[in-house]
Amino acid sequence: MSSPTSTPGGRKRGRNANPSTPSSEGPTSPPSQRRRGQDSSTGDLMPMPTSPATDMLSPSAPQDTSLFSIQSNLFLPNEVDMSSPLMYGTPSSRVEGTPRSGVRGTPARQRPDLGSVRKAPQVDLQSDADGAVASEPNAGQKLVIWGTDVNVGTCKEKFQRFLQRFIDPTSNEDENAGLDLNEPLYMQKLEEISVVGDPVLNVNCRHIQSFDAELYRQLISYPQEVIPTFDMAVNELFFERFPDSILEYQIQVRPYNALKTRNMRSLNPEDIDQLITISGMVIRTSQLIPEMQEAFFQCQVCAFSTRVEVDRGRIAEPAVCRNCNTTHSLALVHNRSAFSDKQMIKIQESPEDMPAGQTPHTTIVYAHNDLVDKVQPGDRVNITGIYRAVPMRVNPRQSNVKSVYKTHIDAIHFRKTDERRLHGLDEEAEQKLFTEDRVQTLKELAAKPDVYERLSSALAPSIYEHEDIKKGILLQLFGGTRKDFSQTGRGSFRAEVNILLCGDPGTSKSQLLQYVYNLVPRGQYTSGKGSSAVGLTAYVMKDPETRQLVLQTGALVLSDNGICCIDEFDKMSDNTRSVLHEVMEQQTLSIAKAGIICQLNARTAVLAAANPVESQWNPKKTTIENIQLPHTLLSRFDLIFLMLDPQDEAYDRRLAHHLVSLYYQSEEQMEEEFLDMAVLRDYIAYARTYINPRLSEEASQALIEAYVDMRKIGSGRGMVSAYPRQLESLIRLAEAHAKVRFSEKVETIDVEEAKRLHREALKQSATDPRTGFVDISILTTGMSATARKRKEEVAQALKKLIQAKGKTPAMKYQQLLEDLRGQSETAITKELFDEALRALADEDYLTVTGKTVRLLA
Amino acid sequence: MPSTHDWINNPLGVVPSLNDVPLHYLKPNSLVKFRCLIQDMFDPEFYMGVYETVDPSTKAKVLRCGKYKDVTECGVDFNSRNTVTAERQTFYCVPIPGENPWVKDISSSCHSSRVVPSTSYVPSRQKRSYEEDDDMDDMDTHPTEQHGNGDCKRLETEAPSSQMTPASHLDLNFPLPGEKGPSCLVKVYEDWDSFKLNDTLEVYGILSVSPALSALADEKDASSSLLDPAECMETAEEQRVHSPPASLVPRLHMLYAKTLPHNNPLLPSAPLEDNSAFLSSTLSEMASVRAELLTYLTHVLLGDALAAEYLILHLISNVYTRRDVLPLGKFTLNLSGCPTVASYTERFYQIIQQLVPCSYYLGMSLQNMNQMRLVPKKDYVANRLVSGALQLARNTSLFLDETQLEQGQLDTTGVRNVTALGNLISWQKVDYDFNYHQMEFPCNINVLIASEGRSLLPSDCQIHLQPQVGPATMEEYLSSIHMHPQASSQLNKLRIYLSVARLLDYSISDEMTKSVEDDFVDMRKDDPQSISAEDLHRMLVVARLLSLSLGQTSLSRDSWLRAKHIEALRRSRMEQHKCVNGNEP
Repeated sequence: MSSPTSTPGGRKRGRNANPSTPSSEGPTSPPSQRRRGQDSSTGDLMPMPTSPATDMLSPSAPQDTSLFSIQSNLFLPNEVDMSSPLMYGTPSSRVEGTPRSGVRGTPARQRPDLGSVRKAPQVDLQSDADGAVASEPNAGQKLVIWGTDVNVGTCKEKFQRFLQRFIDPTSNEDENAGLDLNEPLYMQKLEEISVVGDPVLNVNCRHIQSFDAELYRQLISYPQEVIPTFDMAVNELFFERFPDSILEYQIQVRPYNALKTRNMRSLNPEDIDQLITISGMVIRTSQLIPEMQEAFFQCQVCAFSTRVEVDRGRIAEPAVCRNCNTTHSLALVHNRSAFSDKQMIKIQESPEDMPAGQTPHTTIVYAHNDLVDKVQPGDRVNITGIYRAVPMRVNPRQSNVKSVYKTHIDAIHFRKTDERRLHGLDEEAEQKLFTEDRVQTLKELAAKPDVYERLSSALAPSIYEHEDIKKGILLQLFGGTRKDFSQTGRGSFRAEVNILLCGDPGTSKSQLLQYVYNLVPRGQYTSGKGSSAVGLTAYVMKDPETRQLVLQTGALVLSDNGICCIDEFDKMSDNTRSVLHEVMEQQTLSIAKAGIICQLNARTAVLAAANPVESQWNPKKTTIENIQLPHTLLSRFDLIFLMLDPQDEAYDRRLAHHLVSLYYQSEEQMEEEFLDMAVLRDYIAYARTYINPRLSEEASQALIEAYVDMRKIGSGRGMVSAYPRQLESLIRLAEAHAKVRFSEKVETIDVEEAKRLHREALKQSATDPRTGFVDISILTTGMSATARKRKEEVAQALKKLIQAKGKTPAMKYQQLLEDLRGQSETAITKELFDEALRALADEDYLTVTGKTVRLLA
Repeated sequence: MPSTHDWINNPLGVVPSLNDVPLHYLKPNSLVKFRCLIQDMFDPEFYMGVYETVDPSTKAKVLRCGKYKDVTECGVDFNSRNTVTAERQTFYCVPIPGENPWVKDISSSCHSSRVVPSTSYVPSRQKRSYEEDDDMDDMDTHPTEQHGNGDCKRLETEAPSSQMTPASHLDLNFPLPGEKGPSCLVKVYEDWDSFKLNDTLEVYGILSVSPALSALADEKDASSSLLDPAECMETAEEQRVHSPPASLVPRLHMLYAKTLPHNNPLLPSAPLEDNSAFLSSTLSEMASVRAELLTYLTHVLLGDALAAEYLILHLISNVYTRRDVLPLGKFTLNLSGCPTVASYTERFYQIIQQLVPCSYYLGMSLQNMNQMRLVPKKDYVANRLVSGALQLARNTSLFLDETQLEQGQLDTTGVRNVTALGNLISWQKVDYDFNYHQMEFPCNINVLIASEGRSLLPSDCQIHLQPQVGPATMEEYLSSIHMHPQASSQLNKLRIYLSVARLLDYSISDEMTKSVEDDFVDMRKDDPQSISAEDLHRMLVVARLLSLSLGQTSLSRDSWLRAKHIEALRRSRMEQHKCVNGNEP
């Protein structure tokens, strides 16, 4: 544990922005690296009192050269005697001696996230520096922290000014909710701290950047020095404002959203010791590790006690007792040593950030104190922290060492990116940042009159034609506007468009599904054959590590805000299909399993593909009969398309041309013709995030008319041809079409297209093969109106037959069927007969038991 | 570093290969090559690119380069300001999975015959030998007097200390069960983003087997202290995987690597276009070799010439491009009606094994399907990608034997495995399991399914075998198949043929495009049911492969007609079979 070290092993001070450094790396390797590292405090402090002048820098001097001058002057060989705590006074004197005396009474809490020993010397340095400035006559020069260009006083002042003045009227972050956007943002936050008592101030680095770019640069480059300065500044300010407030410990500043690095893959040696923000997914968290911060030693001879701070995981055990001068008499007392919490977290690159064909990188993150247990495996997080590289320890027994550093990040701030999902809004808004250029391109594209056609043809270009189906899917990708009527008791309206594709096998349905699945960020692809109800919804399992019950979500929940593609829909078991009822209308999933009762959001659009039961589509049958799906489910699809062979020569020729060209055209040629998949993806993401069209007056009128028209068609023949569900579908489609145009208003053209598409789909799927009319009841009740009429006729005929037989309370089933067949001029099938019997039974006219039919009453 | 530059005296062609030469015969810090597949990519690491050492006695400082090395020299001055941190990436590489014995034999024979006399293999580290290779005897007959140098001796004395982990404890993570050979940690210094998982490479690099590496690891296990952050961030498993003993998993510092377009040692390693002499000589022979191969395969396929024709097309198929999600050029063949007697499918596979460089036989027995790990899975504890049987190099032939399947129940793993196979066949991709999410890796694997009836897996093309051999004589005939000895030069011709045909370019002229379109329209006019878009897809692939199999690089009228003809034959056979069976969907 405590090994007396006179050489801080991890020390490494290679500062060489020097171009003449012999560099053996290739052009891709990072430039030589700036390293200040976990340098020892004493090394920094030693020269301070003796040669302050060397530390004085003119602030106007260019940074690099000035650093070098310091470096060359100040660099000391590493023979400093570290074991003597006298170098900067006893630990107890430290706190009182600091300028923090203004906030005396509130204990300062160590910040292991900034490096274990950094803080104390930092403060000491500051007091020394202050004194120096005051006493020295050459006030024109300024003191900076060794190895940086940070002047503590200026930095503090700047930060206080920032806190007092910064206003962000355009802020839309959820954590600023409830704050007055026209007042200084962070002063309000300080007020909040004084009320709530949680001494943490989160500061958005982007705010600092927009306020003072120089301060921001310093923060990013020297977080280890600048953040404690911020801490001091904020505490001074806070206790000045709220002198009476009592905090558990002093306020800590936690910057986040550093723009330095976003991607784990782009981390390189230049980022070491800088403030970075990376996004990723937590894959593992360790147990809590108690880390010793301060070791407590007691002399075995005279019981004199002393404290030693831990320096990079090492404790410099005092060799001599200062009280009685006995050598090697001090023993470590664990119970009285100070420990802090620490946790190792492994972060993996988010799948979205990864180049194809590579495996994700992982990074180790250390969380300290209250950041411990803030995140769980599986969370998507943005981590702000300081990137560290620790050289391999020098072992006295080993002459040569492994030349590899261990890297990790000391976390300062976590931000869960999927947290907002709990609040129920699109989180894509935050994740997907569009550059100005991109938005411009997208808007230009949207302004084109044929954008709708362009986009639909860009969808799965390898699949030929089926224009309307692609248009339908395109509208599905955009979705309607989410409406919430829960205030009035109606609940929220579904905004997602559900589509069912049915048709002959081999008409590239699966391919279309695969394409959509690959296009959308939150897509899921399942096959009806292989998925079970739990696979679609959620299941409870025991976590092998923690032995806790955890809820594992299935495809439908995972595709929340996305599209769930279900292939071979017809092969799905009824049991499985039944869970879809709730999802497809209410957009939620209720779970009651193993003591977990909950309702999960499943705001997913369903794109399903089904094959006809007889493998070939039978044009003489209705859709329901062909695919044998319950009509309750079918009516939840907004659009049902048939993918059939059109069998027409011109089509064949175009198809053949398309396919052949697929096989010989080069990649570039194809790309010229069609929109890039990435553009399409961005276009959709942008529209989904930013465009929320509302119905205009004319559009509402047009919708009403369209609905009335649809109702009218049927009423002429005594059937209902449209239901309110169809009206809702129309609205959704019209909204989606407005989104395609980037229009905030749904206009008549949108309604027209929605009507057209809806009609096309209906024409395909709801035409009664017996009459040739479009009959919506095929989809809503599973039976066409003519079929229903026929059933009634048979029932009446049967009733007449029975009545003609006179008073016979019981009849043979078979006999009755034959009688009816003999009487009727049209063929009576057994099914028809059964249905007629059932209808009469429903009227309480008769009852069927086994093979006998009894009359009632 | 005395022996590092020995290779300068030797031409590059005789660089010893890790694939053939047992590790203990190779000199540390010498140039070696390794034919391998990138199985996993570890995190990038920072190392001391330049560092300074101080001589303890003279205090003299020397600037040293840390590139291409694992271990620093003595007396590193950690506080030197001349230290430069640089970044490198580590790949975990395994020998190409499923590489057939003939490939190994040929590539090692063309090396060792030349190499052994010129290079000094010092069998100094023999006692640490991990694998008992047959070549060893071979090597021992050429002992060399010239004893390496001091470096080697020093290693020898240190050797026992580094031998602490028994080989059996270390899972070398080969994709296929029963594989042998060294795996390697390849350190990449440049351009590592250009490499992809499952790429097949020939890596030239500096071999580093310094026992200090293992000693360091050992040390850490023993004295793992809680206080050092560097220690507690790695679990024991991770430690084992990421720094295995160098005697088992050597480090290779990459100087140069080339991606292998094929793994056939009989072909020149330069791209075909650059080797016109070879190309033209092969092309001229193409037709005759094809006829020969057809006769041979017809014989193997019990006298069924049509099936043999399709088998050739299958063997040269290759995913040559992807259109959005659609892989083009794949040709999964389902050979139904395979006799179940006398382990026909296994014999059949052995013949395929003789022809293609890489192949794997997967018996689809219930047990296999329920237990095997087909899809690679990320192990977060050890922080590595645990390989599965579907992590294969491009153009590997995967032979699925469905005749092994019996009635029974597939459990969850089984269903997942079958789904993975289905995805592989339909989309040529494998979804690797990353626990919290899946990641899609495209692949290029030739899948051949041998089944009794129609396979339960999808396929691009199904052909029902029509044996010309009566059931009575079947046994006898089958046992004679293997007795048909092929002269090795003959076999080599066939091997070259199959690899070359796959590498050829192909195009369709505008004129042919037109004529194909017309054909399609005409066929549809006569009977729209007879041909669908899917059929046209398949015909285009068949025509492509047929042209290539004849050595033609563009579609000719003849080939198109021939493609149509064999397709028609195949379909009529399917119809016929359907009528007989009546249970085809």
